[in-house]
Amino acid sequence: MNFPLTAAAIALMALMPASHAATLQESGDPLGSARWADMQKTFLGGQPVLFDPRVKVTAPSIAEDPLQVPVTVDASGLPKVQEVIVFADFNPIVEVLRFYPEGARSSLGFRVKLQQSTPVRAAVRTADGIWHIGGTWVNTVGGGCTAPSAASGSPAWQSRLNEITGRQWSEGPNAGRLRLRIVHPMDTGLIAGTPAFHIEEIQFSEPDGRPLMRVKIAEPVAENPVFTLQRDSGGGAIAVEGRDNNGNRFKAEIAP
Amino acid sequence: MKRYLLTLFLAVFVVLLSLPGEAADFDYHLQAQPVADGVYTFIGRSEDFNTVNGGNIVNTAFIVAPQGVIVIDSGPSLRYGQQMRAAIAAISPLPPALVINTHHHPDHFLGNQAYAELPIAALAGTLKGIAADGNAFAENLYRMSGDWMKGTEVIAPTRVLVAGPLDVAGRRLRLISLDGHTGADLAVYDEASGVLFAGDLTFNGRAPTTPHADIGHWLAALDQIEAITREAGFRALVPGHGAVTRDAAPIRRTRAWLTWLQATLREAARAGLEMNEVLARPLPAEFADLPVAASEYRRSVGHLFPAVEAAELGASGSVKQ
Ligand SMILES: [Zn+2]
Repeated sequence: MNFPLTAAAIALMALMPASHAATLQESGDPLGSARWADMQKTFLGGQPVLFDPRVKVTAPSIAEDPLQVPVTVDASGLPKVQEVIVFADFNPIVEVLRFYPEGARSSLGFRVKLQQSTPVRAAVRTADGIWHIGGTWVNTVGGGCTAPSAASGSPAWQSRLNEITGRQWSEGPNAGRLRLRIVHPMDTGLIAGTPAFHIEEIQFSEPDGRPLMRVKIAEPVAENPVFTLQRDSGGGAIAVEGRDNNGNRFKAEIAP
Repeated sequence: MKRYLLTLFLAVFVVLLSLPGEAADFDYHLQAQPVADGVYTFIGRSEDFNTVNGGNIVNTAFIVAPQGVIVIDSGPSLRYGQQMRAAIAAISPLPPALVINTHHHPDHFLGNQAYAELPIAALAGTLKGIAADGNAFAENLYRMSGDWMKGTEVIAPTRVLVAGPLDVAGRRLRLISLDGHTGADLAVYDEASGVLFAGDLTFNGRAPTTPHADIGHWLAALDQIEAITREAGFRALVPGHGAVTRDAAPIRRTRAWLTWLQATLREAARAGLEMNEVLARPLPAEFADLPVAASEYRRSVGHLFPAVEAAELGASGSVKQ
């Protein structure tokens, strides 16, 4: 998809103070999605909105596996990020997740299930109440939300439900990075006979209890979720606590 | 220089405009290439499936045996199978005796329908794979190759092959049961001609595809078939995709790609990269000119990285739960 004029408008906005750039939103959704107006109503109410190149959403333009589409949201170019909502306009379940970068960098990597080609967007609320929007189109052959999870075909995962593996990187180009994987089927509930069964919330904290990031997770997040976070300062083990919608709780510590 | 580029661009544009697109006659123009006495291949293009090539990106082959023709893989569509069968008939008056599917990928078996009255044979794992994925594969090819696929239906093999000698139509074949490209990959060695049909265990002049790959098993399979190329009787290797060779070069090229791919994914997972960062990595100079290398690399990251990453994260030992 090409929207050369709108792309130029976005480039322009980057050079302008936010108050001026806001007027450019009249040029409409840079991703040209027929559902943008609905999305805006659903997620952002009547609040001010700005298509902002500082919200970087990275995903492959063609998704090889609609069950595991990698998405990276980076809003670290924005000051005082309060909340980030990630959604996919044309997914049967639109909301993917929300995160609150309490002490961590305002970026998060994860994977998502997509049912068809769709914009994947991040709406980032800064302290001034403005929603900054970034996004990208992902083309997929689809089926990601109505395909059964691998787990639903085999009972082996049950003994490992909510098992966490992960690692922190304290040196090299990725110093400060935390990656973790949680064993969970993340069933969407869109397949007859398989109710929705997904992780709902994860809280990441510093060793002294200060919050690092809270993530609220919806059904479209991919099976056996993998999250990538970045901590800009500090060290020590990171505490992870969470639960799924069936009330199963999990807890782990990831040492550097 | 600019003017030259513009002219070049226009020339390319005009050529693109004048391409037949979905040719109205849907003729694959299959030309049987002789490999050895009585052994022929149809060589496909080093491309992805599209509406111009109609899915003819694959090599198929046949052996004219004393009492009939042995067909090895049947191509991507009913039309391909029919045109292949006609092209074979133009070379030998003998009837086809057996169709062998080397593995369960659609470009290798969707022409089976043109041979539906014959025994069609494959490894047990290939039968299973076609039963599980065949219809989804066919749907996918309808989407990518368009009307070339018209009328194509999945016809599964009916006969199970096992490793070892197979006497068919007066010819002795050596069947080698392997895996790695898929869960069941059959290599066929024709003892009389010294031709090794390696299926998609080898790609020549095209980056390998990995949607069902296990790289470790694949590398082991390559070692096994390379041993055959060192036998005194060996004359030629027919890869699943790309040109026929008189040596083991396609095996070495496939191994080089797989070894690099495996090392790259492991190293990326160890360094803490997430999938979008892995996708963004440039190809090494060694593979820069290899057809479809960039797109196959991206696909391979999608197919293989989650498992490599899970293994690396699991091995860190830094999680207390
Ligand atoms: Zn194949």
